Amino acid sequence: MADQEITLMKGNEAIAHAAIRCGCDGYFGYPITPQSEVLETLAEQKPWETTGMVVLQAESEVSSINMVYGGAGCGKKVMTSSSSPGVSLMQEGMSYLAGAELPCLVVNVSRGGPGLGTIQPSQADYFQSCKGGGHGDYRLIVLAPSSVQEMADFVDLSFELAFKYRNPAMILSDGVIGQMMEKVVLPPFKPRRTEEQIKKEAPWAALGRDKNRKPNIITSLELDPSVMEDINIRLQKKYAQIQENEVRYEEYMLEDADYAIVAFGSAARIAKKAIELARGEGIKVGLLRPITLWPFPIKQVAALKDKVKGILSLEINAGQMVEDIRLAVECKIPVAHYGRLGGIIPAPDEVVDALKKMM
Amino acid sequence: MKQELIIAGFGGQGVLSMGKILAYSGLIEGKEVTWMPAYGPEQRGGTANVTVIVSDEPISSPILSSYDTAIILNQPSMEKFEDKVKPGGTLIYDGYGINNPPTRKDINVYRIDAMDVAAEMNLIKIFNMIILGGYLKLHPIVEIDSVLKALKKTLPERHHHLIPQNEEAIRKGMELVK
Repeated sequence: MADQEITLMKGNEAIAHAAIRCGCDGYFGYPITPQSEVLETLAEQKPWETTGMVVLQAESEVSSINMVYGGAGCGKKVMTSSSSPGVSLMQEGMSYLAGAELPCLVVNVSRGGPGLGTIQPSQADYFQSCKGGGHGDYRLIVLAPSSVQEMADFVDLSFELAFKYRNPAMILSDGVIGQMMEKVVLPPFKPRRTEEQIKKEAPWAALGRDKNRKPNIITSLELDPSVMEDINIRLQKKYAQIQENEVRYEEYMLEDADYAIVAFGSAARIAKKAIELARGEGIKVGLLRPITLWPFPIKQVAALKDKVKGILSLEINAGQMVEDIRLAVECKIPVAHYGRLGGIIPAPDEVVDALKKMM
Repeated sequence: MKQELIIAGFGGQGVLSMGKILAYSGLIEGKEVTWMPAYGPEQRGGTANVTVIVSDEPISSPILSSYDTAIILNQPSMEKFEDKVKPGGTLIYDGYGINNPPTRKDINVYRIDAMDVAAEMNLIKIFNMIILGGYLKLHPIVEIDSVLKALKKTLPERHHHLIPQNEEAIRKGMELVK
């Protein structure tokens, strides 16, 4: 396949191809709808025969995330993917990865919950992804793709950010973006890093010790609370730096807007159609799409309070991101929420109705 | 030019693959395309549908509330989607398995008895291509040549010898639409 060939594929397939192409060293996963095509595509592509990337179906999600911990501790580019109930099983491991400051990528192609829920799309894992999920004062870098192209592009970007900050990164997608097919240009091939390169770029990695350096210890355990407090303070400084430097967002038709929709991922696509319909009826509305859910585009959302009369938070959940929006605008303008639950996707005309109700 | 369509029927009728071939044909012509299946615990005989958009412009939502065209291949889908065709839009259905034909007067309704014709031609497995042919006669959003290229791309090589039959089915579908 030529590097720049335009092809048609599912979001899940794009994740798999992008992983191979960005020089990923290992994928550990367990099948679950609606993300099983990630593992299936990797199995079809057999990257262990070409790039040497390991692809392993673990016995559970708990195993997957701990295999990721092991690989990441060696400075390798490793990842897993799952869907909501499976990602819940991984939360302990993710807290440990954050505590041990290990870079990795976790992909959540989320579905309706709580519990086993449905297999249809949902964005109800916003809280889990952005506010913890696991225990302790930690953050994940969370990217929300809204097209198959972004599914492909965000794999490499996630690894880049994860290694830059020694922090786990997450792609929070859903069944819409995972299952839909769209045009995609896959990223060019990057070779996997050699052990020498890893030693240079990740000197903290437990990759075998030269005689003249101290042992690298990968752990999240520290029994002395005063030391543990210092570690936490350092982590918080790192998170503040990420919040300062890594906010990503898209603005769409906001220039002349009287109202704004804030939506991420698949909901942002539905929002664009709703904007098209609403503008057809003379309602001036635009979109602010957070691409990084954490760090949340606080400043950009806050700026809306001087620009528009009201905000509609469109989420395929019962209202999660809406809390961050209200905080950002300090409740100075009305912020409404519209969403559907349990795997039902809001249709564009429902969004227009919700918008009119807010006005 | 933009066509927003829903293809709906029973699992196993080739609903998803018909959509896929259409999307691929659009891709081959450099158009923007999305293919969004309503996925579920799939099984042969269960209901299946796919939203396909082919457009010259970038596509916003892959999920829609109304459609330019609905291709309906069973009764449950007729009940679900007849009302969602835009006024002036197109509804294509196969008479086989539809007990209550559409009643709307503000849309263009076409019946293609593809299942019967496919049985006569001994081409039951590619009855979906007869339907596709009928659709393309009404809305030539892609060239037949592109469809044939798309078939080559989507079918595994061991099935490539069936492409001429698929072409025959598409052309038959085009003849059936009056």
